[in-house]
Amino acid sequence: MRRKVDFFNHFRNAMKTFIALLRKEMMIEWRHKNSIAGILMYVISTVFISYMSFAGILPSHTWNALFWIIMVFASVNAIAKSFMSESRGLQLFYFIIADPRQYILSKIIFNTVFLMGVSLLCFLFYSLLLGNPVQNVGMYLIGIIFGSMAFASVLTLISAIASRANNSVTLMAVLGIPLLLPLLVIVIKFSKNAMDGLAWSVNLQNLMLLVAVNVMTIALSYMLFPYLWKE
Amino acid sequence: MKNHWWKVVGVFLVLYSLYAGLANDVPRLAILNETIRNIYFHVPMWFTMMFLYGVSVVYSIIHLSKFEMKSDMVADYAARTGMAFGFLGLFTGMIWAQFTWGSFWVSDTKLNGSAATMLVYAAYFVLRNSVEDEQKRARIAAVYNIFSFVLMLVFIMVLPRLTDSLHPGNGGNPAFAAYDLDNNMRLVFYPAVTGWILTGLWMMQLQIRIQKIKTYLESK
Repeated sequence: MRRKVDFFNHFRNAMKTFIALLRKEMMIEWRHKNSIAGILMYVISTVFISYMSFAGILPSHTWNALFWIIMVFASVNAIAKSFMSESRGLQLFYFIIADPRQYILSKIIFNTVFLMGVSLLCFLFYSLLLGNPVQNVGMYLIGIIFGSMAFASVLTLISAIASRANNSVTLMAVLGIPLLLPLLVIVIKFSKNAMDGLAWSVNLQNLMLLVAVNVMTIALSYMLFPYLWKE
Repeated sequence: MKNHWWKVVGVFLVLYSLYAGLANDVPRLAILNETIRNIYFHVPMWFTMMFLYGVSVVYSIIHLSKFEMKSDMVADYAARTGMAFGFLGLFTGMIWAQFTWGSFWVSDTKLNGSAATMLVYAAYFVLRNSVEDEQKRARIAAVYNIFSFVLMLVFIMVLPRLTDSLHPGNGGNPAFAAYDLDNNMRLVFYPAVTGWILTGLWMMQLQIRIQKIKTYLESK
């Protein structure tokens, strides 16, 4: 009986720390609005560049590929600052008050939500300027949501690695982009099928694969991050 | 001799596969013709590469559990030797592709997967070079190695099975049976794989020894 209560208390404390960490992420982001604004400007100007260079000459399959290429670079830039903006002292402080595993989970969840927002906005602007040839918009949006989830969970650990190494965005791109390639292949296939209006029965396999890779990535980050954190 | 027999076996098997691979009878198939002999040289390169990358990951895991610099060194040199075999695999594959598929590079999931693997390990070496402190470098590199190896497995093991590929054994293409990897070919193919893996391990061991001597001389 007593064991049970202890476990419950432990779980409640862990959840409390976790939620506090998540709140902290959001508040920092909210106070430093310039970083959100920076990413949004990045996305909007990239979409605008594509609009200036591709408008009117864009076949639908290229439309899809171009969208995901924009997303790859936007997500690398959006998540690069995830660990870099924190000083050594601040990280040491978090290390004392929280479990590194809770810390990385809160980062992954925050980045996921953040990237989902960025990608949905990007999709909105993109279809506004370059047209929207998608036949099954609901399925395409699901692809965007799961795709940005997978991107966020891979890039969060990469961002931690890059920040421990030499803190450069270049290193982040070098380390991250090769690892995004398999995800990109799956997600482009999924969203191409959604664009062509294929049935769920054809496309479900790709989504399941994406979710499986995502779960695996989060589990790996959860296990590996504590080693990265130690000094 | 007690500890070196495997090197002799490796060299012997490689020499045997060179001779038997070029001189033995092979099935006569359309398009492939005599290029089928490349199976003894192209495929073992990939097997050796995957084996060495596997060694590298295992030693990365050992490093994270024990924090020994020795295991980090093995992980590093296993990855380097694996990359060399990867280049050889890519090179032999490109020649083969030119004579059977008509172009040095075709868009195929296996080719893309192997190119991405090259990129990942190139990134691994960039990461190693960008950290000065040895202990820190070892730990960060180990984390990246494990993380990327698992993701790469998805790319080169899972994805090709779900898509069409020109390679045998993928997306409806029958496996080795199509090449009629008959018993005569097996007699050369399996020794070739074993021989190249042993040779690869020996290459790795030699590199590690050279590195150890270098660090010893520097510290003197």
